[in-house]
Amino acid sequence: MSSDLLLVSNALVGIPAVAAIAVALEPAYRRSAIINLCASGATFLFALVLLVVEPESGGYLFVDDLNIVFVVLSTFIGFTTSVYSASYIDHEMETGRLTTRNVRFYHAMYQSLMCAMNLALLASNIGLMWVAVEVATLTTVLMVGMYRTPHALEAAWKYFILGSVGIALALFGTILIYMAAEPVLGQGYDAMVWKTLMQQAPQFNPRMLNVAFVFLMLGYGTKVGLAPMHAWLPDAHAEGPTPISAVLSGLLLNVALYAVLRFKMLLTANAAAITPGPLMITLGLASLIMAAIMLYRRGDIKRLFAYSSIEHMGIIAFAFGMGGPLANFAGLLHMTMHSLTKSAIFFSVGHIAQVKGTQRIADIRGLTQSQPALGWSLVAGVVAIIGLPPLGIFMSEFLVVSSTFARQPLLAIPLVFGLLLAFGALLLRLTGMAFGEPSSDKGEVRASMWPVYAHLSLVLLAGIYLPSHVVTWFQNVARLLG
Amino acid sequence: MELLTIDIAHVLAGALLLTSFMLLYQDRLSGLINIYTLHAVILSLSVAWQAYYQDAPHLYFTACIAAIFKALIIPFSLRRIIKRLRIHRTVEVVGGVGITMLIGIFLVALSLVVMLPATASADPLSREDIAFALAIVLLGLLMMVTRRNVVSQIIGFMSLENGLVLAAAGANGMPLVVEISVAFSILIAFIVIGIFLFRIRERFDNVDLSELDRVRGGRS
Repeated sequence: MSSDLLLVSNALVGIPAVAAIAVALEPAYRRSAIINLCASGATFLFALVLLVVEPESGGYLFVDDLNIVFVVLSTFIGFTTSVYSASYIDHEMETGRLTTRNVRFYHAMYQSLMCAMNLALLASNIGLMWVAVEVATLTTVLMVGMYRTPHALEAAWKYFILGSVGIALALFGTILIYMAAEPVLGQGYDAMVWKTLMQQAPQFNPRMLNVAFVFLMLGYGTKVGLAPMHAWLPDAHAEGPTPISAVLSGLLLNVALYAVLRFKMLLTANAAAITPGPLMITLGLASLIMAAIMLYRRGDIKRLFAYSSIEHMGIIAFAFGMGGPLANFAGLLHMTMHSLTKSAIFFSVGHIAQVKGTQRIADIRGLTQSQPALGWSLVAGVVAIIGLPPLGIFMSEFLVVSSTFARQPLLAIPLVFGLLLAFGALLLRLTGMAFGEPSSDKGEVRASMWPVYAHLSLVLLAGIYLPSHVVTWFQNVARLLG
Repeated sequence: MELLTIDIAHVLAGALLLTSFMLLYQDRLSGLINIYTLHAVILSLSVAWQAYYQDAPHLYFTACIAAIFKALIIPFSLRRIIKRLRIHRTVEVVGGVGITMLIGIFLVALSLVVMLPATASADPLSREDIAFALAIVLLGLLMMVTRRNVVSQIIGFMSLENGLVLAAAGANGMPLVVEISVAFSILIAFIVIGIFLFRIRERFDNVDLSELDRVRGGRS
């Protein structure tokens, strides 16, 4: 591995790790928010360097075309979320919902989460990736329970138990992959490294790979939030601090998806093993339709958008399950667009809940009149997430649907049905919240709106004009995914 | 000699599986902790035997972790916790022991049916160990599903982790990184759980999870 690439990939893991210690030692909450922001910004800049250096592998970390997409996306959202989080935390301190000790802990956990996610994405072997996903889960559990209300504790406990079971199943799958690789690659480290695994995959025992994939899909699939293992997701999103809801939806679900995709590539490389596609398609469609139906009965604004995340992870899993250059391209684009849009929505939702003093949809009315900036951002975000043109999600959903029609017309029927169902539910809820006679405000916020504007303008840009080198880049990755 | 070695490994793994069954029906919390201690001791013996058989010294280390951490420190602190929470005399209502045991037997059969054909080409020792390990993992899951008490659920989860360690030790020459991380994650997980226990105590005055369900009422 060339030395500059080594430096960059180490920095991506190292900066958040050092920053986590720094903020843990910093008692003043404003200053720790600034450290948090600077560290996330620096990590993002280093991630951008990955775009220009030649991908290589070696040591404990490696970089290839696939994980660059994930790293750049997650460090960018990590950075904008830290900007948003500063104003969110300010308000929580003023209203006394959090103490200085809570905030210190929160910032330390935020940076540990960034470190763990980058490590999971860059890890060169399946064992290290598993450890990183486990650490990411534990840090988010602690953040979800931070308000210590009975609801928050219940959510954290549920997330912890379901997350640990998922992680345990994933470890079992990881051990099985090692056992499948060991007769070919010999004992020791080589049988766990992605690069050698991918090269020798055609010779592995296919039946072992099959069993292993079922465990990995169920295990990491729990973390992706696919039905029927999704039960933790709405609670964790609704009860934790809102920046964490944004990070969970925008980043952590993607990291788990990345793990699934890597193992899917491994199975695709072995001709005798089952094709992983149908399993992903089934789980994806089940999540899409289940979440779309559940959207109609939500009374809590953060829960509403949490179910919408399940719906979109379902669409993404479906697209990758279909496979082929076009569907993979659509899946990648949809994942990027969903992360940007959903975190933008959560940024607005967090401030809306602070202004109104409630998360109940029934108590939030007429936002566009009383809070024009927040109200219209929410409208723009929801218009984007339900897939109206000319925004980016329209394009990616259009690609998913059209590639399905071209290859498996019958599967397109439940897909379109689910999409329309979700469309109706979100539009219905949005009109109540955004328009009509405004409900009374409980507080004031100094909202920092530019993270929202930045995300939404990127989504708009992608819908109108996708730069050609982004297209070729995504096409390369789509080919890599098989 | 070869056969005897394999037999001993199977006896140990089988004993671990039997202990998992004992965990399923034990209704006293203190009894549950005792059986978990036994579970951990058998695990450490089993891992040590693997270390001897595979001639892999790093596995002795894993066995030591199992013996010291899981068989001594965890049961000790769990006992302290349940004393402090004044629930050490609690007799939990375990519904439908017969049905639970039947499901357990079914799960063991399932894991044998799934794992043995899949691993036909593997080393005979690791092949049957992994089938036992899967059965222990599934029984741990079953226990977590059937119990309502937080402490029993934690013990269910820890027996599940023991199954994973057995699987990792049985996989020939799996690098040390993984075993340490398994042990380490248990430690972290345990700290987290410990914190939760006290928080739950603060809020609810008891650790029955059905209390949590009651709190949920009226939300959608």
